[in-house]
Amino acid sequence: MARIPSALRRIDPAAATAFAFIFILLIVGSFYSRNFLSAEYLLQQLKVASFLGVIATGMFIVILLGQIDLSVPWVVATGGMMSAAATAYGHFGEALAIPFGLACGVALGFVNGFGVAYLRIPSMIITLATNAVAQGLMVVHTGGFSPQDSASSAMRFIATGETLFGLPNALIVWALVGGAAVFLLNRTTFGRYVYAIGNRERAAYLSGVDTRRVVMYAFAISGGLAAFGGILLAGYASKAAQAMGDPYLLPSIAAVVLGGTSILGGRGSYLGTVAGVILITLLQSILSVMQMPEAGRQIIYGVVIAVMLLLYGREKLQR
Amino acid sequence: MKEWRYKLAECRGALIALAVFLLLFAIYGSNHPAGFTLNVVTTAANKGVLLALVAMAQTLVVITAGIDLSVGMIFVLTNCVASAIVVGSPWMTIFGVIGVLATGLLCGAINGAIVIFGRLQPIVATIATGAVYFGIALWLRPQPAGSDIFNSDLADAFTGKLAGVVPSSLVALLGVVLLIWIPFRRSAVGRDAYAVGSAELAAYMSGVSVRRAKFVAYTLAGLLSAIGGLFLAFITYSGEASAASGGNYTLFSIAAVVLGGVSLFGGVGSAIGAIFGALIFRTVGDLLFVFNLDPLYQPLFQGVVLFLAVCLGSVRLFQVRNRLDLFG
Repeated sequence: MARIPSALRRIDPAAATAFAFIFILLIVGSFYSRNFLSAEYLLQQLKVASFLGVIATGMFIVILLGQIDLSVPWVVATGGMMSAAATAYGHFGEALAIPFGLACGVALGFVNGFGVAYLRIPSMIITLATNAVAQGLMVVHTGGFSPQDSASSAMRFIATGETLFGLPNALIVWALVGGAAVFLLNRTTFGRYVYAIGNRERAAYLSGVDTRRVVMYAFAISGGLAAFGGILLAGYASKAAQAMGDPYLLPSIAAVVLGGTSILGGRGSYLGTVAGVILITLLQSILSVMQMPEAGRQIIYGVVIAVMLLLYGREKLQR
Repeated sequence: MKEWRYKLAECRGALIALAVFLLLFAIYGSNHPAGFTLNVVTTAANKGVLLALVAMAQTLVVITAGIDLSVGMIFVLTNCVASAIVVGSPWMTIFGVIGVLATGLLCGAINGAIVIFGRLQPIVATIATGAVYFGIALWLRPQPAGSDIFNSDLADAFTGKLAGVVPSSLVALLGVVLLIWIPFRRSAVGRDAYAVGSAELAAYMSGVSVRRAKFVAYTLAGLLSAIGGLFLAFITYSGEASAASGGNYTLFSIAAVVLGGVSLFGGVGSAIGAIFGALIFRTVGDLLFVFNLDPLYQPLFQGVVLFLAVCLGSVRLFQVRNRLDLFG
């Protein structure tokens, strides 16, 4: 049997499949219009993908643990609304807008983490409850209306500015967040513990890992990153909006899973998540440019996810 | 002598849910501005039965240690289908109803096939199929609409009162429980479903037909969601492909299932508990209206109540003898 060369062996087959599919998608799109292969379009897509990418990074860490974070919609909204609200408090408030938004997200993440790690409540239900509480808090805060506060200039800068060689700032922010995530997961003991807990929490606990603290911190990071996504979104639109986070829950889960991460935890690489995010963003964009009606878009979206998962997301046959 | 203690422990979750629901509904009914009349109960029953049906569908899947994130979308799809084909003469109506139920069965069967034969994790498989079902619903009803010849007599029969005494929606729900849940629970397939949810490998080794149990669970879940969609068409006379509504029903069904004492890890719980969990969930929302609390605080109130209810589930931590039992 021919051996796969050692350089190729290290490439995650799932991530490679996802990138191949991105390539195919661009080719198919280019039949529709030449513009799909232009640099401006690709950069624009990468900028839009950055928002989903930051949120998906947090979801990636939580899914690696074998848990799930369904509180993304309203933690994103909390991050956006709280940071926009802070700008109403003068220069001091405007300077602290981004850290304040992040702190709110991290606080909600700690609540999730405490419930999952220490109270042993299934993550699916505690994050749903936190989502509902965050929604309640935001509705009370805005009085049910659309939030009137505008984003600070710093928020607008990181979301819409363009520095470095004309690359969108949002993309650079995603790259930094991604780099930090890769460092955290691959080069620190915390990251190793995350993979260990995802594989078998009991074994990790018996090996002396304080699994409960790791799980709590992972959810806090996820909450913080979701809030950061909300801050970027608020900066992009110059203000927050009700239900701004709703369109980011299922795509973030799908992006992580399409990247080859096992939903049961313990297996997955960040490169796959990046591929999944870009794939979903491109798919949604191409479908909307083709002016496909929403009905067709949803069907194609679902079919693509199902087909890709059938390619490399299948579990082993039990014998 | 000890037999009844085991049986009591088994339905403990459902009984607690029942007790809480009765308490909440008593508070609701006694404080309602229109008084504790049959009309008030009927309206509340109609709303509650919708969520109860979707929660029952979710229970069937959760028992097998899976999760179905497409129940809300099947609910929306069958609602749109019902608004289009439950029309005209009695014969056409009957075929229309059969068509709606068949749609639900088909959707559930597709879910089951992908999970079993595709060997995909239920959570992601059902996200994908949910999107497809919603797309079909949107194609059927781009705008909320109903049919001119919708059979409103049948609709009113199911949403009104039976013999002027009992809300017919509750009678219909009882019928669904007697015709679908109880036979399932008592049959070999039902037992297999519980076994699969409890310990799939052990069930497989014991010769349980894991595939059949899962397939029946997912298919019946589709059927129950379809009954829910049909019922929504009876209430609104129309179909609406609303993503928000589908998503809400999915997530609320998970909450209702947990409130009803069904374990998300599988193998424990009953659809009857889920029914009461759904009714509790609906009543909590209505309580705010009754107490004239600022509607601004309603989402917060519902969220906090859900949060506290969910945290109560961690009470079992105190029963743990060995710290190692917390993990794994």
